[in-house]
Amino acid sequence: MSYLKPSFRHPDLPVNDLGYTKKNYEGAISTLCAGCGHDSISSAITQAIFELSIAPHNIAKMSGIGCSSKTPTYFLGNSHGFNSVHGRMPSVATGANMANRDMIYVGVSGDGDTASIGMGQFTHAVRRNVNMMYIVENNGCYGLTKGQDSATSDVGSKSKKGDPNPFEPIDLASIALQLGATFVARSFSGDKEQLIPLIKAAIAHQGFAFIDVVSPCVTFNNNPGSTKGYEYVRDHLAATGTVDFVPMKDEITTSYEAGTSQEVTLHDGSVVHLHKADSRLDIHSRRSALALIKDYKANDQLLTGLLYMDPDSQELHETIQSSNKPLRALTELDLCPGNKVLTSINASLR
Amino acid sequence: MKPTNINDPEYFHKVVDCQLACPAHTPVPEYIRLIAAERYTDAYMVNWASNVFPGVLGRTCDRPCEPACRRGRVDEDEQPVAICRLKRVAADNKNDAEVIARMPKIPATKNDKRIALIGGGPASLTVARDLMPLGYIVDLYDDQPAGGGFMRSQIPSFRLPETVLNDEVNYILDMGVISRFDTYVDSLKDILDKNYDAVFVGTGAPRGRDLIIPGRDEGTDNIHIGIDWLSSVAFEHIEKIGKKVIVLGGGNTAMDCCRSSLRLGSDDVKVIVRSPRSEMKASPWEIDDAEREGIPMFENHVPLEFVIKEGKLAGMRFDRVRAEYDANGKRSLISLGEEPVMVECDDVCIAIGQDNSFPWIERDLGLEFGKWDMPVVDKETFQSTNPKVFFGGDAAFGPENVITAVAHGHQAAVSIDLFLNGKNVQHRLAPGATLVSQKMGIHEWSYDSGVVDDVRYAVPHTEVKLALSDRKMEVELGFDPLTGFAEAQRCLNCDAQTVFTEAKCIECDACVDICPTDCITFTHSGTEAELRTRLSAPANNLDQDLYISTDKLPTGRIMVKDENVCLHCGLCAERCPTAAWDMQKFMYEVSKAGSDSVQLGAEQ
Repeated sequence: MSYLKPSFRHPDLPVNDLGYTKKNYEGAISTLCAGCGHDSISSAITQAIFELSIAPHNIAKMSGIGCSSKTPTYFLGNSHGFNSVHGRMPSVATGANMANRDMIYVGVSGDGDTASIGMGQFTHAVRRNVNMMYIVENNGCYGLTKGQDSATSDVGSKSKKGDPNPFEPIDLASIALQLGATFVARSFSGDKEQLIPLIKAAIAHQGFAFIDVVSPCVTFNNNPGSTKGYEYVRDHLAATGTVDFVPMKDEITTSYEAGTSQEVTLHDGSVVHLHKADSRLDIHSRRSALALIKDYKANDQLLTGLLYMDPDSQELHETIQSSNKPLRALTELDLCPGNKVLTSINASLR
Repeated sequence: MKPTNINDPEYFHKVVDCQLACPAHTPVPEYIRLIAAERYTDAYMVNWASNVFPGVLGRTCDRPCEPACRRGRVDEDEQPVAICRLKRVAADNKNDAEVIARMPKIPATKNDKRIALIGGGPASLTVARDLMPLGYIVDLYDDQPAGGGFMRSQIPSFRLPETVLNDEVNYILDMGVISRFDTYVDSLKDILDKNYDAVFVGTGAPRGRDLIIPGRDEGTDNIHIGIDWLSSVAFEHIEKIGKKVIVLGGGNTAMDCCRSSLRLGSDDVKVIVRSPRSEMKASPWEIDDAEREGIPMFENHVPLEFVIKEGKLAGMRFDRVRAEYDANGKRSLISLGEEPVMVECDDVCIAIGQDNSFPWIERDLGLEFGKWDMPVVDKETFQSTNPKVFFGGDAAFGPENVITAVAHGHQAAVSIDLFLNGKNVQHRLAPGATLVSQKMGIHEWSYDSGVVDDVRYAVPHTEVKLALSDRKMEVELGFDPLTGFAEAQRCLNCDAQTVFTEAKCIECDACVDICPTDCITFTHSGTEAELRTRLSAPANNLDQDLYISTDKLPTGRIMVKDENVCLHCGLCAERCPTAAWDMQKFMYEVSKAGSDSVQLGAEQ
């Protein structure tokens, strides 16, 4: 088995604004099962961040435990990372974010890590609107412990063992919407054309950006009867539309017919353009997103794409009015401003 | 765009760049792996079956394989695998007794068909090698005292030791070839009158070009035609040359002349060429070797006259020029209008090219001659317009090289065998091709799929001073087995083909994600030109094919693989959950004479 990737890359690889090629954003060779959807997500993250020209050292990869949470080893090998306790990534990410708001936080979790053991942590990160991207690599089973049904497995879905799952699934996109997430999307690991722009928009978004990515487990949940296998997902996929992410530096050249598209300008001037496949969707309405998810589900379809975003959201730092500077940039003078300042504070409280 | 037909052997043959570029289509990656496995005799026999003179070629081949080597284009700073010198590793380390034991069996009962080979060089010897095991009676004529042709007379011993040449010539002569050396054939009619069933002409391009300018006649005692002079040196008719020597010409013969001069007593040798240095025809490594021995090269000097003083050659005068190129790239040399340069010398070697010459072929034998007084020879069958007479090597289409002569010899032997069996020489057996999975386990291949980062290893040389002291001392020393192994590991195993089966593919993208060189794309169909604009990475090398699947994938898309910089690392197949990708060893064998009945050089 190969444990090293050859060091040669295509000689004509494009370079980004920083002069890097995609190679500078790669990680170690994956040790996941061959064909795991998670590897495609790793590749999409690599590609998106390369295209965004973000310096690798400005990124922190946060994860918990599980197949999904192993993946940060396989992308962004030149970035920072923290592999936390099972289900506790949201808290660690929140803490890291509080300490240094200048970094970009890429949280990677799984359906077990988020919807089971980490459910409590997850919900609070959402409602606090921590400024991070949170990807759930959702395969509907516990792949690392031989494929037991997870909390996102659909009723009746069969894993490799063959028993239909008797329990109601947790729909993480709906939960995120209900808890006040300010960016919610769903995608499929096998559809990078959709996933890459979504990741770019999620990273550009100020606030909690949640992407639920259905990512088939080839080993334990890619069998007939499963609702999270490659074939089933492809057959039952529906998209809210196609998403274009246009960075601020680029001019918008595409024109769309009125009524079929919706444009969202982000805080940094970049634009997310949704070319709608279903005119009922209003990207700024949680109610519209929740209803459509239900409608499609009722028709046995999985609605993917951008579901909701609030570009004016107030992220955690703004809410609690924390330091504008990363803590590591604060000097003794900032932290102990001296007697004069203390006296004035005391005076203000009298 | 149409799906790729991988059942056409030429498709995967093209992927093995080195093998395709080799005129004899030697299976290069196959023997390189055998060298890495220390199976030198096996590696030698793979070579021998295909190119007949591995020891000779491992030292002197023009190496068309190396510029083609994929390794040379996967990165800007990357150099091709030292294929030629690896061949020598096989030859240097083979077990001689075992090689002899593996030579094809020669039938004791002959088939009573007699064939005359005119010229004892690589083309004729190849014909003999292919036809002897089939029971033919073969007579070999050559005016030299021993076999080998130009390999013996033109390649100096410091590049090719006589023992190496003798061994490989003798493997063939020892099959029972009736050799008639020291016999100059001065009439093809006489040969035909001896009732041979077929005649093969492998007489090379034996006439060195002369330079007719003032002083040529007066200075003739010290003016030598390069190839004739080299031949006289090889057969020890000439043992010394003057102190100051000018070599005219920029080809490999010029390089051999100047280096030989240094070894025959000259201490001031200059190579002088008419045109810019960049246009010198010599292989770059031959020029390097001459320069290593301290020989200067002068460019843009057009010879004006041989200067004679007191009835003896005293030097040459040259006009200095510059090259200009017109819109079609055609070069003209424009005089700088300066005073001619006088270069003193005692001797001059003229090595400005060589021509074919057939004064010994009568023009009333039904053998048509065409342009430039060259015989009309079929490019594929090597048959002349006299159906009994076949040509090969330099004699067929003009000066080339040893490996081309070998390739011609194989094909001429096929024709002669067909012809003498009353079959149509145009109906030739297609090449043999096999494709075999290299899967050993779930993530395991039977070849070293890892790609090493080693840079090309340099071949060690004998110290210059020592080398110059002895005309026969070999300059290049060859790789030792350890370096040979390290160099062999640089080979990318391009014959381990990535074979795709769409029926098994679930489009999980694992291959796309892992491919280090972004060769693979799943996309909707289109024309080739248009597809090339939207693949995972730029696909600008139009010489390299796109491997295209049918649209029978679950999503109706197609798989497109740009073969250009595939490292054959096997990661696509390792990461494929359904074995839709498989690494399969592709073997391509040019059909030889009697391929359908006798196995030549087969392993025991």
